[in-house]
Amino acid sequence: MPTGTEPDKTEDQTVTGTLARPVTAETLPKVRGSLPRWAIGAFLVGSLVLVGAALAVVGFSVGLWVVLSAILFAVVTYATSRVVEGGRKATDRLVTVVVTGAFLLAMIPLISVLFTVISQGWARFDLQFFNSSMRGVVGEGGGALHAIQGTLIITALAAVMSIPVGVLTAVYLVEYGNNSRLARAITFFVDVMTGIPSIVAGLFAYALFSLLLGPGVRLGVVGAVALTVLMIPIVVRATEEMLKIVPNELREASYALGVPKWRTILKIVVPTTAGGIATGIMLAIARVIGETAPLLVTVGTALGVNLNPFDGRMATLPVFAYYSYAVPGVPREPFIDRAWSAALVLMLIVMVLNIVARLISRVFAPKTR
Amino acid sequence: MGKSIDAKELNIYYSSFLAVEGVTMKIQPKTVTALIGPSGCGKSTFLRSINRMHENIPGARVEGRLELDGQDLYGPGVDPVGVRRQIGMVFQRPNPFPTMSIYDNVIAGMRLNNRKAGKTSFDDTVERSLRGANLWEEVKDRLEKPGSGLSGGQQQRLCIARAIAVQPDVLLMDEPCSALDPISTLAIEDLINELKNEYTIVIVTHNMQQAARVSDFTGFFNIEGTGKPGKLVEMDETKTIFSQPRQKATEDYVSGRFG
Repeated sequence: MPTGTEPDKTEDQTVTGTLARPVTAETLPKVRGSLPRWAIGAFLVGSLVLVGAALAVVGFSVGLWVVLSAILFAVVTYATSRVVEGGRKATDRLVTVVVTGAFLLAMIPLISVLFTVISQGWARFDLQFFNSSMRGVVGEGGGALHAIQGTLIITALAAVMSIPVGVLTAVYLVEYGNNSRLARAITFFVDVMTGIPSIVAGLFAYALFSLLLGPGVRLGVVGAVALTVLMIPIVVRATEEMLKIVPNELREASYALGVPKWRTILKIVVPTTAGGIATGIMLAIARVIGETAPLLVTVGTALGVNLNPFDGRMATLPVFAYYSYAVPGVPREPFIDRAWSAALVLMLIVMVLNIVARLISRVFAPKTR
Repeated sequence: MGKSIDAKELNIYYSSFLAVEGVTMKIQPKTVTALIGPSGCGKSTFLRSINRMHENIPGARVEGRLELDGQDLYGPGVDPVGVRRQIGMVFQRPNPFPTMSIYDNVIAGMRLNNRKAGKTSFDDTVERSLRGANLWEEVKDRLEKPGSGLSGGQQQRLCIARAIAVQPDVLLMDEPCSALDPISTLAIEDLINELKNEYTIVIVTHNMQQAARVSDFTGFFNIEGTGKPGKLVEMDETKTIFSQPRQKATEDYVSGRFG
């Protein structure tokens, strides 16, 4: 940003002088003064110190301190900038402060949850937690092997059922639907399904299997069906959005080569956006893997390892955490610790899924060099 | 290779809207025919009806006859997918498949149609097509690189290579140079001149100099007003169209006094 120093105009004038209106400093708007770089930092520190000192007199509170400092900082920055740099720059600075503030505000719960879960879950994040179940454990020790396995089995089963249905539904909507009445109806019901409470999905699966296999039945597969109901609309939505952004020119290029429509979809449209679809699927899995309520109703819980989703109750991480916290034994502490560790493991699984999604989208992304 | 196209009283509809009316046109084998006319006059629509691409738009249909070497393209039982294998197309914007390498882009038409060929045969096709599109020397050392990494002009020539790799009888070009710089345009125009030794070429262009430079025959489409159907006003040898057209409208258009 050229400030203060006057650019050398004489040369320009001799070149263009006869051709056009001479370009002089008067005809161009000049930049007004600008705040030095350190000023913003100084305002921030100043606001914090000033508000801190004022609060120290009436009684200190962290929340009040941060909020008041932010307000004072915004006001001071805007006012100084308006005087020194002019209205446009001042507005820019004010909006920057507001946007940054909103971002930090949004980060607070995230960081807080992360910090709490890690610090509390660390106590039992040991080998035993991963290699033993709760069979025969009354107090300390024990682990969540059975719950980790249960969560992975049930989620995998749900994924196997919902990914084909979801992806194919999206393919129908985008490639074959033509905005027909059926397509619009499906879109509407998918939207409705996105919003249903997860317990309703659980009750649906429970009722369905009660009718088929008799009342009170609790199996891993029932939970998987409940998760499928939750997962399909997310997969449909994600895939649909991805398929929509594939440029129509690619489809036409393929048709023009005499490639049938189904093969165009399979070989051109889906591969072009495979990364996006994979990311959407991973996020859908991450969304349902932490579901508690439907699994509570449909799968129940168990103390020991059960690897067969078609036979008897299974433990899952969310339900394990819930029961450990809701109905702890005596003494309470080992149960509470195990609940936190289960939450930590669940969080790590979701994190791994997100990393995998990123890797997949990087592998599949169309390359340009 | 190189077949004639014969349109007889062709009407093209989008649902109930008549977009192009009463086109009767004979296109000779192994010639370049340019279609010119103002925007929205139906020349692209006509072009896309030749390889039945416009059917991808719901409700689009055709009345009248359109023949490829005497065979009705819209006859009963004619497979539009099969038609497109004989009549290739190059689009306005270069559209190589982004997930494929240069090599795979060229043989996409064969591979996607599950045509079996040994590795050597694919290699031959790739070299022959890229040479045919004047692109071989520029890309022969990076055939495994993605096609979307090429410049716009190179991408368009890659698309032409992809179209001629399946050895069509006719090549349709829908404003193939409108997104390209003058040098790339020149390269494509030179290419068109070479390709007409083997293929029948129909090219839609907004650039009248281009039509004059590359084509043997020129058809002028016009439209009377919005909502009215486009019509073929006049078709003749390019020389005649640009020097002494029979119709006043044509003369106004080619001399820039249109509108």
